[in-house]
Amino acid sequence: MAVTDAGRLRKNRGAAPLQTLLWRWPWVRPALLLTPPLAWFVLVYLTSLVLLLITAFWTIDTFTTQIVQVWNLDNFRIILTEPAYRLIIGRTVGIAALVTVTDGLLAFPFAYYMAKVASRRTQTILFAAVLLPLWASYLARVYAWILILNHSGILNWSLQSIGLPPANIGYTNTAMWLVFSYIWLPFMIIPTYAALERVPDSLLEAAADLGARRWRAVLDIVVPLAIPGVVAGSIFTFSLTLGDYITPILVGGAGSTFIGNVVYIGAFEAL
Amino acid sequence: MEGRWTKLALRIWAALILLFLFIPILLIFFYAFNTSNIESWPIAGLTFKWFTATWNDSDVRSALVLSLQAGLAATALALVLGSCAAFAIHRTTFFGRDAVSLLFILPLALPGIITGIALNAFFNFGGITFSIWTIVVGHATFCIVVVYNNVLARLRRTQGSLVEAAADLGANGFQTFKDITLPLISTSVVAGAMLAFALSFDEVIVTTFTAGAQSTLPIWIFGQIRHGILLPEVNVVVSFVILVTIIPVLVAARLTGGGGAARVPAAR
Amino acid sequence: MAPQTSIGPGEGQLNLVLWDGYADKSWVDPFTATTGCKVNQKPAGSSDEMVSLMKDGGAGQWDMVSASGDADLRLIYGGDVKPMNTSLIPDFANFQTYFKAPGYNTINGIHYGISLQWGPNTLLYSTKKFPNAPTSWSTIYDPANKGLLTVPDNPIQIADAALYLSKTQPNLGIKDPYELTQKQFDASVALLKQQRPLIKKYWALATDEITLFQNGDVVAGAAWPFQTIQLKAAGAAVAETIPIEGATGWADTWMLATKATHPNCAYLWTKWVSTPKVQAMQALSFGETPVNTKACAEMEALSAGSCAQYHADAPGSYFNTIKFWTTPTATCDDGSNNCIPYAQWQAAWTTITA
Repeated sequence: MAVTDAGRLRKNRGAAPLQTLLWRWPWVRPALLLTPPLAWFVLVYLTSLVLLLITAFWTIDTFTTQIVQVWNLDNFRIILTEPAYRLIIGRTVGIAALVTVTDGLLAFPFAYYMAKVASRRTQTILFAAVLLPLWASYLARVYAWILILNHSGILNWSLQSIGLPPANIGYTNTAMWLVFSYIWLPFMIIPTYAALERVPDSLLEAAADLGARRWRAVLDIVVPLAIPGVVAGSIFTFSLTLGDYITPILVGGAGSTFIGNVVYIGAFEAL
Repeated sequence: MEGRWTKLALRIWAALILLFLFIPILLIFFYAFNTSNIESWPIAGLTFKWFTATWNDSDVRSALVLSLQAGLAATALALVLGSCAAFAIHRTTFFGRDAVSLLFILPLALPGIITGIALNAFFNFGGITFSIWTIVVGHATFCIVVVYNNVLARLRRTQGSLVEAAADLGANGFQTFKDITLPLISTSVVAGAMLAFALSFDEVIVTTFTAGAQSTLPIWIFGQIRHGILLPEVNVVVSFVILVTIIPVLVAARLTGGGGAARVPAAR
Repeated sequence: MAPQTSIGPGEGQLNLVLWDGYADKSWVDPFTATTGCKVNQKPAGSSDEMVSLMKDGGAGQWDMVSASGDADLRLIYGGDVKPMNTSLIPDFANFQTYFKAPGYNTINGIHYGISLQWGPNTLLYSTKKFPNAPTSWSTIYDPANKGLLTVPDNPIQIADAALYLSKTQPNLGIKDPYELTQKQFDASVALLKQQRPLIKKYWALATDEITLFQNGDVVAGAAWPFQTIQLKAAGAAVAETIPIEGATGWADTWMLATKATHPNCAYLWTKWVSTPKVQAMQALSFGETPVNTKACAEMEALSAGSCAQYHADAPGSYFNTIKFWTTPTATCDDGSNNCIPYAQWQAAWTTITA
């Protein structure tokens, strides 16, 4: 970039004082550009987070549940020692991991098909099709699953019409796993697809020319190159599940409390 | 290139995934026409009455207006701040650059509930009254990232040599920006803005903690799902939102030629 | 700080923290039309959320809150709400005697708010599963109903367990389910922990429970009359009862925020929702019982038989059988400090439902 500026200024020497200024101190432009967003993040976001951290150490008045501004480590001791909290943390992490694996398995073949098999046109259509559910309200998509999974819902209706016994998975952890996998699937498909698309076809052809079998080529070449995409997708699905509290409220049952629910309830006790 | 059977298997798999993605959404469309307000399957009959009821519901209208206003304001803020950040980060190396760029991505990495509670604490602490502007601040905080990611990704793929060539040919900074940089990045800016707006339009968690007495559309939907009286209207509202948003999604995908919009996952 | 002695002209706005459905268009629109006060609502999902929203006297943001008994004392002692002048509410004279000065909103004769509506926590059951009406709360602690039960997701549920134990284990000596010593509290929590594996879902909102019953996911649970009415209207085979052990109940109060910026609209609103007509409309819309005795006739006019169905005509003695929600405090009735305060109820509830 220094080259860019120098090149431009060589031709326009003295043309504009601002240009000269920017040339003499190359850091001025990025500094000017960076100041507004950085100020925003530091003033609003970082301050908020720091406030939140500080309040985590404060004690709650046992009666009015107003915060008393006294430093106290009890809050952390309780979370680390109380078995109920360990259970909740274990459940949340476990389900989030399960959802991530499920989405990874569902997404990879689909993304592979999109990136390497489908025609350019199909690719665009599929891409839009994957994005589309993200635009449908999150709440509505969770709610749709309540309609599907409940006792008189479409799932049991379908099972009965083919002569199977009804499945009572409404309001269970199974339901949460299913709904989370559904909600976050596009977040896994898209980065995986993006990574796969960047794998040049020529690489696969070269492998084939060298006598590698198709599956070997996929395993040895495509998978390693797709890993960054899968990892990115996994981070999304895992952390999105980890922080959610609405799906446990809507489709979970007894024993579906997530960390997010405790935080949500705690927010009203503590903030 | 692929074996016939492998191709067929992949095609079936893709079809199944699409069904999995779309059946629940289509179901809501069906329920929007349900004569009964009890949501069991199969639906009792078909009717248009919920559409009229929803249209005449002043709460739905004011929620829609608020969502649009907050979404537009947050997107505008995010556009300015996000583009500034992307240019600054792209063109320079400086001490703490990684830390700064991590900071910008933080609202995505942290669960919404943390961002929400933190902002709530901030507004309370500062004695700021909750209003549409607190919603806008909350939304902008995570929308900035979407614009930032989109623009930065495009800048990285843009050939620096084009800018250099323009400079060598005597263009000044403004001309270079207007004639070279802007056309190169414009689609990514538009795509980023659309995705930012979509995010804001659908956000529940941060909004819960930053809204005052106002209801955005998602807050209205959440309230109705919980209250359970106006579920037929929920079905109508959601169907409407889906239909209206098909167009921008297709536009965004087209603008970025697929690859660029792959930044969408950064959307949350 | 003495409450205002007259109601001035409305300020044009009124910001309410309330239960969903407490400001329905059918009585808000006429109110706005006559007073010019535009009503802005913030529905809260729980009592804890209400208390949280009203921090710092509503911070100038909120004018009133429709708080339930389990939140009232927290709001009063937290200084978030201020006394109200009952003489500005003409219909106050027609209230059930019990609701003129109940312990949860009136302290030393000072009224921190005007009572609104109440309801008992009843035992709701499927008449298919229970052809003979269950008579005891033991139904919801019975392992025979494993996976078919639902109870509210609310720390105050500990009081329901305590009420049950007060009858079934008299040696614990529980007199008031909201004033529990450590031993009594532990026994109640232990009972709820035993109950936990039997529960299909802890319901957070009335509609959760309606869906559960409607879909046949549960056959019995603790409920409000609202759920029973909705389910019956939808044709579900259910009935409710107040078991022999008695029942807890909730009662809501419109309270005025300490930092209310629209106090005149707030008083106009309280006056409006206390009138027999609006009391009856809200009662039937939400499935609860008005505190205004004059509302009975209005209810009959809107839906014949509803007055008796909701106990809107109940004699004063009826209210002794219902243990109304109140915030548990460390101070017991006998003046000692041996009782378990609400914060510990919240913490225990998290460990029960985890």
